[in-house]
Amino acid sequence: MSEPESNDKPLNLTIYVWRQKDAKDAGGLVKYDLKGVSQHASFLEMLDILNEQLVGKGEEPVAFDHDCREGICGMCSLMINGRPHGGFPATTTCQVHMRHFKDGETIYIEPWRAGAFPVVRDLVVDRAAFDKITQAGGYITANCGSAQDANAILVPKDDADRAMSAAACIGCGACVAACPNSSAMLYTAAKLAHMHNLPQGQPERMKRTLAMVDAMDAAGFGNCTNHYECEAACPKEITREVIAMMNRDYAKAALSYREPTAKSDGAG
Amino acid sequence: MSWFVTYVRSSIGAKHVMAVTGLLLALFAVAHMIGHLVMFGGRDAYNDYAHMLQNLGHGGVKWIVRGGLLALVAVHIGAGIRLTSLNKAARPVPYAVFRTVRTRPWAKTMVWTGLAVLAFIVYHLLHFTAGQIQPEYFHQLDPKGRYDAYVMFVRGFQNPAILASYLVAMVCLLPHLSHGLKSLFQSLGLQHPKYDGLINKGGAGLAVILFLGYITPPLCVALGVIKLPGA
Repeated sequence: MSEPESNDKPLNLTIYVWRQKDAKDAGGLVKYDLKGVSQHASFLEMLDILNEQLVGKGEEPVAFDHDCREGICGMCSLMINGRPHGGFPATTTCQVHMRHFKDGETIYIEPWRAGAFPVVRDLVVDRAAFDKITQAGGYITANCGSAQDANAILVPKDDADRAMSAAACIGCGACVAACPNSSAMLYTAAKLAHMHNLPQGQPERMKRTLAMVDAMDAAGFGNCTNHYECEAACPKEITREVIAMMNRDYAKAALSYREPTAKSDGAG
Repeated sequence: MSWFVTYVRSSIGAKHVMAVTGLLLALFAVAHMIGHLVMFGGRDAYNDYAHMLQNLGHGGVKWIVRGGLLALVAVHIGAGIRLTSLNKAARPVPYAVFRTVRTRPWAKTMVWTGLAVLAFIVYHLLHFTAGQIQPEYFHQLDPKGRYDAYVMFVRGFQNPAILASYLVAMVCLLPHLSHGLKSLFQSLGLQHPKYDGLINKGGAGLAVILFLGYITPPLCVALGVIKLPGA
């Protein structure tokens, strides 16, 4: 991301944070005035500072998801001023720094919004719906035991690169948050594409596509209307190409996949 | 549920239904526009064309096409409304602040431009197919004894209210087709860097061609370029 001109002047900010006690609470935006925030602080450190002040006053701190703070774990979320992860190119919330904000700025912080991502508390949402999609087919069937020769299955570099680009998905949910329809197609398609660009993903390709799309639909995500907000919001810059691949495969699978029959377990 | 029902009700299958029905309707729109432009050939050519359409296959083809179009429109609109309501339901609590960066106005308003075009289609059929809007010009015959579709057309668009409603409908159809003709390829998975540019420019280009093709003959009537016989 482009670095703004930095100086050491601390920032005074007005912050509206979504506060919600639990899944059943209606919740609402609460205004906080935060003074003297270092421009060198990360966005999450700014929330840490807010929480220290809240705890000091005997109030409940703001709950938010975070883990590695290195942009690779997919835990941090946050809708910042109406954009997932703040809307900076290829950046997760933990990699956003306060020098991107102006003194006196008002910042709105909300959780991801989707029926399939219920709010657990404050800014924390339950992203288990993603796990269900991956559990439905995000794996290959392989024999355990002795590993086969490393070069037994040749993978062209281009295919490996394409698979790796899709596998860069950290499952943060920014695609769902950015989608006007709360659709999870970029996530699901990325998980499919990272296997379907490789030979190891081919044997179960049709079955996997059907299972993961069905799990996505069952979780209550919306439908893609080709606005491409997802690819603009993705911190790993996964593109809509993966969705096209899934769309193609789903038609093929729906029209041609056959459930294995009882007699198919061996010849003779 | 049969596998087919499961497929067309799924998120991706429903998009395929939208794409295929939309594509077929757009192909009809192209054919209909070409027919429309026969107005420039004069009364005899236009009535000839209308007579030919009416009597293709002893009048049978007309009913097959009408039935097919009705089914396409019903499925396209039914699936569109269902998807729109599912999408609304997928975000029960809205954002206080939500900014989009890629969404274009025409993509966001597909359901509304679509419903506006539906309202127009109903009116258009009442006018030119059922003869309910200007019944006095509906059953006139030309000197060769054919329905005088040419005069019906000119009389229709000489009426400023009819012309205005038609132009409004075409202004709604333009963005609907522009988004739809590009979007359907992505929905069907026909996406590739090699022909993405062609799809994007071609989709928008075809929508503009259809728009111009549709508004030109009625505007020519209003401007007096296309006239009543003997006028």
